[in-house]
Amino acid sequence: MWLAGGLVAAFVLLFLVLPVAKVFVTAFVEADGAPTLGHFEAFFAQGLMRESFFNSLYVAVLSTLFAALIAVPLAYFTVRFEFRGAALIQTLGVLPLVMPPFVGAVALQLVFGRSGSINLLLNDAFGFTLPIMDGLNGVVFVESIHYFPFILLNLTVSLRNIDGAMEEAALNLGCRGFRLFRRVVFPLAMPGFVAGASLVFVKVFDDLGTPLVLGQTNMLAPQAYLRITQVGLEDPLGYVISVIMIVFSIAAMAVSAGVVRGNDYSTLQKGGTGVRRRQLGPLGTFAAYGWIGAVLLLVLSPHIGVLLLSFARVWSFSPLPDAYTLAHYATVFQDSSGMITNTLLYCGLAAGLDVVLGVTIAYLLFRTRLPGRRWLDAAATASLAVPGIVLAIGYLRLFQGVTIPGTDTLFTSTWVLIMLAYAVRRLPYALRACVAALQQVHVSLEEAAESLGATPLTTIRRILVPLMAGGILAGFVTSFITAAVELSATIMLTSSESQAPMSYGIYLYMQSVAGRGPGAALGVLAIAVVAIGTWLSYRVAERTGNRFAASAKP
Amino acid sequence: MNKVRVECHRIGLTFGKTEVLRDVSIDIEPGEFFALLGPSGSGKSTLLRLIAGFNQQQHGSVRIDGADVSGQPPWQRNVGMVFQSYALWPHLTVHDNVAFGLVERKVAKAERERRVQAALELVGLAAYGARRPNQLSGGQQQRVALARTIVVEPRVLLLDEPLSNLDRTLRVQMRQELLALQRRLGLTTIFVTHDQEEAMSTADRMAVLEHGVVQQIGTPAELYDRPANAFVAGFVGTMNFLPADVMARRGERVDVEIEGVGRVDDVEVAPAVAGGSDGSASKAGKATASFRPQALRMVAPGAAHGGGCVWMTGVVEAVEFLGESTRYRVRTGPHALTVDQPHHAGAVSFDVDASVRLRLEPGRVRVFCE
Repeated sequence: MWLAGGLVAAFVLLFLVLPVAKVFVTAFVEADGAPTLGHFEAFFAQGLMRESFFNSLYVAVLSTLFAALIAVPLAYFTVRFEFRGAALIQTLGVLPLVMPPFVGAVALQLVFGRSGSINLLLNDAFGFTLPIMDGLNGVVFVESIHYFPFILLNLTVSLRNIDGAMEEAALNLGCRGFRLFRRVVFPLAMPGFVAGASLVFVKVFDDLGTPLVLGQTNMLAPQAYLRITQVGLEDPLGYVISVIMIVFSIAAMAVSAGVVRGNDYSTLQKGGTGVRRRQLGPLGTFAAYGWIGAVLLLVLSPHIGVLLLSFARVWSFSPLPDAYTLAHYATVFQDSSGMITNTLLYCGLAAGLDVVLGVTIAYLLFRTRLPGRRWLDAAATASLAVPGIVLAIGYLRLFQGVTIPGTDTLFTSTWVLIMLAYAVRRLPYALRACVAALQQVHVSLEEAAESLGATPLTTIRRILVPLMAGGILAGFVTSFITAAVELSATIMLTSSESQAPMSYGIYLYMQSVAGRGPGAALGVLAIAVVAIGTWLSYRVAERTGNRFAASAKP
Repeated sequence: MNKVRVECHRIGLTFGKTEVLRDVSIDIEPGEFFALLGPSGSGKSTLLRLIAGFNQQQHGSVRIDGADVSGQPPWQRNVGMVFQSYALWPHLTVHDNVAFGLVERKVAKAERERRVQAALELVGLAAYGARRPNQLSGGQQQRVALARTIVVEPRVLLLDEPLSNLDRTLRVQMRQELLALQRRLGLTTIFVTHDQEEAMSTADRMAVLEHGVVQQIGTPAELYDRPANAFVAGFVGTMNFLPADVMARRGERVDVEIEGVGRVDDVEVAPAVAGGSDGSASKAGKATASFRPQALRMVAPGAAHGGGCVWMTGVVEAVEFLGESTRYRVRTGPHALTVDQPHHAGAVSFDVDASVRLRLEPGRVRVFCE
């Protein structure tokens, strides 16, 4: 127990706490080590930095707002009304997540850009164009249709947990329609909404790939990237930006945690019934289907765009490609098959590490009285608030000049760091999955084994882990697929092309017009990997869930 | 306050393939405290929700104060409902919960405050306005739910299993408070319960439902003393049932030969349910005889005989001490009978395996014909 706790603590300390601490310290000290706030002064003295700061804030706030506008009606429709579109919305909820946002950005530019399909058609038909993809609004557009599922999924769970009588009591007192939603339903679903919205805010605020691909470099994450890669690892402004990003992330998380904790209601009460789904009137049905159809089209447009692009021989200044080819896939398999195996290797190892850590922390948390176990949990969860780029900068700084023992190879030039960054960044997801799985196993099942003479280790191996298998797998897959589309840490830590995973490859390809075809092809493959992973996890989780449903929940 | 009559007329409702309510007709008098009693799944809650407007019947009509409300949505009916789970909104304070319906009715602020305060005082929670529902005990939450409903002055008060989430002592106390409050307001009140003791102790009249069909409507005493059928007899209180042969029949009275008991003459027959026997014939047939555990008196084998009663012998199989009485299971021939003996100073008690004699008062036997 002490050994396991110590190992986990050492890992979290070395690869999460220390790198981030290093970033903080660097932002607050002079080159000679004296503490200072001068770097922050310098930051706000520069017009470019101030602009970047406000641009990032603008994009994050607006993206959250638009994501909410898309997600709230969808969540409400699925939970409250009876109509055939419900399953469709559930699918909608995960579709955008299976594609890296910066890949979507390229595709959306082709569809909605200044000379994209939609604007070409509009221009031909009506003689005007919509500047959807121009400037910061393009980033807002891409981010909101990529990240709205976070709100959708959280809000749906929240709405489902509301006791149906809560709504009926309001109806009974004369409240209905939109007033009912505003006065009763939405406040009750608030915790779920805030959890989702804060996640969207943090993700958008920290996103590096999308602004880079869209050429919007006057934002915080791209500025940090440019500072470190172009000015150098010693430039303090990169660290100042990192600190600002972490502070905003933590603030958003704290707001969300505060709302959820202070208002921990909405779970079904004893004697309560779930919500009865209502029938929609003809007009309502029409409106609902219309809205969902429009959103589905919007959400699928990056996928369709990427797919078309991957088969397009030439595609510019026309609504659809002029000719089709398989050449891009041939190119990808010829040049970049190494990237595919790299992705599988890094993400597989990272996800494996995550579930081992996740199970260990969950076990220490709920089955032992190890001092400091809550700190382990808090630290592991806190990595949610650490942007990928910040973690990468921290690694580069902390392990600067460190060589692998016995060789001259720099630690920072190996792929191990990429893998570790993935593992640390995805640890919270895996940890939550493992905690949920562990809580499903009643402690009496383990006590029964121990009373029959099994040692704690045997009990873990023969009882606990098999019963947790479904949750462990779900954690593994979540870590795996989210790591597969990670770009911000990747871009900083990839030191040679032979080590690059797919996400980096896609980014490289997308830099040039000629590379967009192969980039899209690689993007399609990445989507396929992620989609298959998601589907498998659902299947396996469902099956193990069914198999153990009777025994694991006494 | 204007007291309102509620009439349910020949209501039928089917969910998919299950018939939830069949031909239900109940008239609830103005100002009455009326109980809907039945086991779970009997359709009693559905009937209540139908009066509130959350369900719509497929057949029949609901009339409130003479006007047909069928098809009217819940928010237009002004029928107050208290939910089993209380359904207090956790994001609002006690005060705001109670004020909710008044805000919806656009009552001016001063008037609203006055009425909220009055309602909270009525339920004894005047000092609790600023609290959140989750800071209150179960009984207090129940009162807030009640205040929230009556503050809007509904025409009818509906209570769905109002006491089922409270512990036993509180339940007994709350049902008396509820009744006192209802008497003060004079509000026509319908409450749903599966607890026969709760229904009997509070209701002016009650209806027993089973499988969506009304079995009997009447005062608690009527239902207890003269149950219309075996289901009501068994559901309202404890009852001994024995197979019997009808030897002769004169209108509503019969002579029966009860298995294990013997011949009992001139006992009352429950009025036949529609579609049963024609009633006038004195023909013989199979029937079920019933009597309450209190209709039996138990004495030692050698004790003196009394006249005018039916006597039988038996062996004690089980003894349950209930406090005010002792309940015995006594085997007589092929059947086991439940016998209640009042417990008082000097009362004779019997042990398991004791031989006893049982005396049955024939006037308390009731026969149900098949």
